[in-house]
Amino acid sequence: MAFLEIKDLHVSVGNKEILKGCSLKIEEGEVHAVMGPNGSGKSTLANVIAGNPVYQVTKGSLLFRGENILEMTPDERARAGIFMAFQSPVELPGVGIAQFLKTALNEKLKSQNKNPLDAVQFIKRLKTRATALNISDEMLKRSVNEGFSGGEKKKMETFQMAFLEPDFCILDEMDAGLDIDALKTVSQGINVMREKTRSFLLITHFQRLLNYIEPDYIHIMIDGKIVHSGDKSLAKILEEKGYDAYR
Amino acid sequence: MSEQEKTIDEFVSKEYQYGFETDIQSETAPKGLSEEIIRFISKKKNEPEWLLEFRLKAYRHFISLKEPHWGKLNYKPIDYQDLYYYVAPKKSEGPKSLDEVDPELLKTYDKLGIPLKEQEALAGVVAVDAIFDSVSVATTYKEHLKQKGIIFCSISEAVKDYPDLVKKYLGSVVPYTDNFFAALNSAVFTDGSFVYIPKGVSCPMELSSYFRINAKNSGQFERTLIIADEKSTVSYLEGCTAPQRDENQLHAAIVEIIVHDDANVKYSTVQNWYPGDKEGKGGIYNFVTKRGICHKNAKLSWTQVETGSAITWKYPSCILKGDNSIGEFYSVALTNHFQQADTGTKMIHLGKNTSSIIISKGISAGFSSNAYRGMVKIKKGANNAKNISKCDSLLIGDKCSAHTIPVLENQNTSSVIEHEASTGKISEEQLFYAQTRGLNQEQAISMIVNGFCKEVMQKLPMEFAVEATKLIGINLEGSVG
Repeated sequence: MAFLEIKDLHVSVGNKEILKGCSLKIEEGEVHAVMGPNGSGKSTLANVIAGNPVYQVTKGSLLFRGENILEMTPDERARAGIFMAFQSPVELPGVGIAQFLKTALNEKLKSQNKNPLDAVQFIKRLKTRATALNISDEMLKRSVNEGFSGGEKKKMETFQMAFLEPDFCILDEMDAGLDIDALKTVSQGINVMREKTRSFLLITHFQRLLNYIEPDYIHIMIDGKIVHSGDKSLAKILEEKGYDAYR
Repeated sequence: MSEQEKTIDEFVSKEYQYGFETDIQSETAPKGLSEEIIRFISKKKNEPEWLLEFRLKAYRHFISLKEPHWGKLNYKPIDYQDLYYYVAPKKSEGPKSLDEVDPELLKTYDKLGIPLKEQEALAGVVAVDAIFDSVSVATTYKEHLKQKGIIFCSISEAVKDYPDLVKKYLGSVVPYTDNFFAALNSAVFTDGSFVYIPKGVSCPMELSSYFRINAKNSGQFERTLIIADEKSTVSYLEGCTAPQRDENQLHAAIVEIIVHDDANVKYSTVQNWYPGDKEGKGGIYNFVTKRGICHKNAKLSWTQVETGSAITWKYPSCILKGDNSIGEFYSVALTNHFQQADTGTKMIHLGKNTSSIIISKGISAGFSSNAYRGMVKIKKGANNAKNISKCDSLLIGDKCSAHTIPVLENQNTSSVIEHEASTGKISEEQLFYAQTRGLNQEQAISMIVNGFCKEVMQKLPMEFAVEATKLIGINLEGSVG
């Protein structure tokens, strides 16, 4: 049984088909990168796994730990261990980060029949993860993504991931809009989370991110399908030849 | 003549038909409204002659008035002769301890996270003046307050024990001629709270009063009178919970606040009257007149969280009479299912350098209608007066509506009025984002709505804020399907 298995997935928005038979298998502890030109369906793939209701799955299956999760709501998937870091996360004005994460974590613990964290445990966990990502106390007092710069948003997505400790992490265009220092911090934050029991799916347009996070496998997506897969050396080839070679 | 006008006309012209004899032994006055009923109420409460006169004058004025219909509200005509105007409590004596309080009520408090038992344990933090039906049956911490010269009692007790104060101030801010519902309340009010803070005294605890409608068909007509003498400070909390009820119930309260020179009053409300069921059946009709007058350097701050009632008609207002006085209005009004709210404030600037701030957050869900109606009036003599208004509406779903009806009137060239308004929706994107973190849809909505209201919630005293946050969540249940 694969950790995550996508079989012949067809996905539409309105009348437009975006994924046209996408298949992908990810095992426990692996890091996969999906690369492709703009509009190839990379972000759609990420969103479909997370359960975004905007996308309609018309055909195919999506198995997580052997269980078909297509019927599950986004929050059920999250509590089952799936996390998506957004390319451009939306603002939640007035919703404090700490309160947001406390509710999220306690819901997850509740679904696993575990006790919620008390205030002291919660603060400790929050502070530890924040320090590791250079996130100040001041920033923790702000509302979720409200008034954040592009870099701050990406940092905060990584921080939320580190805090919630999901088993499967989808990172949608994490490098977009990041300067080199922020990219290093974010990559570091992701790398320390790599474990035998945790898998990653990196969605990226550029090879740059893969200099900092080394994937086990790279897949090339063109026009809603994975057309080629290989190991990390594929990134170099792509950089030289471009996507055109795979069209 | 419309159906409603007909009803009122019938009522006004009708002779009292039940042949009711004043029976002082009876615990409940029969249905209907008449001079006799008013005499009964007054006698029952052993009131002085001047108060009976006050009531009768109000009644005579009331019958000359027509129910106002300018609000964005739509409801069946109220038959004022089909209501009880006096219902005594079932027990002849009030509960000696909280154990004697109706367990149903305690359950409701529990759900809201404010069990009375806990409040008792919080001794010295919150004084509770609980009103069941029309007569005050429990007042705690009164003695402690008395040492500071603070009077906190039911208005009936105040009429007996402090007649001069009541006589001087009753109707001084909201005269019975003010409006239809104010006239009604002045004629038939049965109980409410009375607060007097002496000169220079800062009230050491939050004063709190919980109300609830209990008996069938009993209109509730609370009357609250708060007097803050010079240089005094007080924070007053008013909260309402009402159990499920099938028939519409009329509630027409008056709150009058007098803020003397250099005094500071904060009045916070969490209103959670029964809103009717999901089909819009039942629920409380809430027509409230709340107003305060600020003298020199005085400050009055209204904070309200309105989540209940089928119909809400309420405009807590400030008359900024004294120079440098300040008026504030912070409001969250949430409507769901078939609830209708028409609420806002009036800021009347009379004195120089007066300032006011209005922050209103309206949330509509289901099939509900939510209107902000506000008036800012700066009179000729109010030099350098300033008002800032900010009215935001949030829509959940596409069957509800939000309306913003501001009236701004500036008669002084040195004064400034700033008004901002916005209307938005909870986006699919926001919901999805919160859900990918593990929050279910209802939690996500509740959190986003509470975030939207944060500016107002922060103004509430701590324990009230917790209750209000829970209320928002409870009242949003079933807002998405």
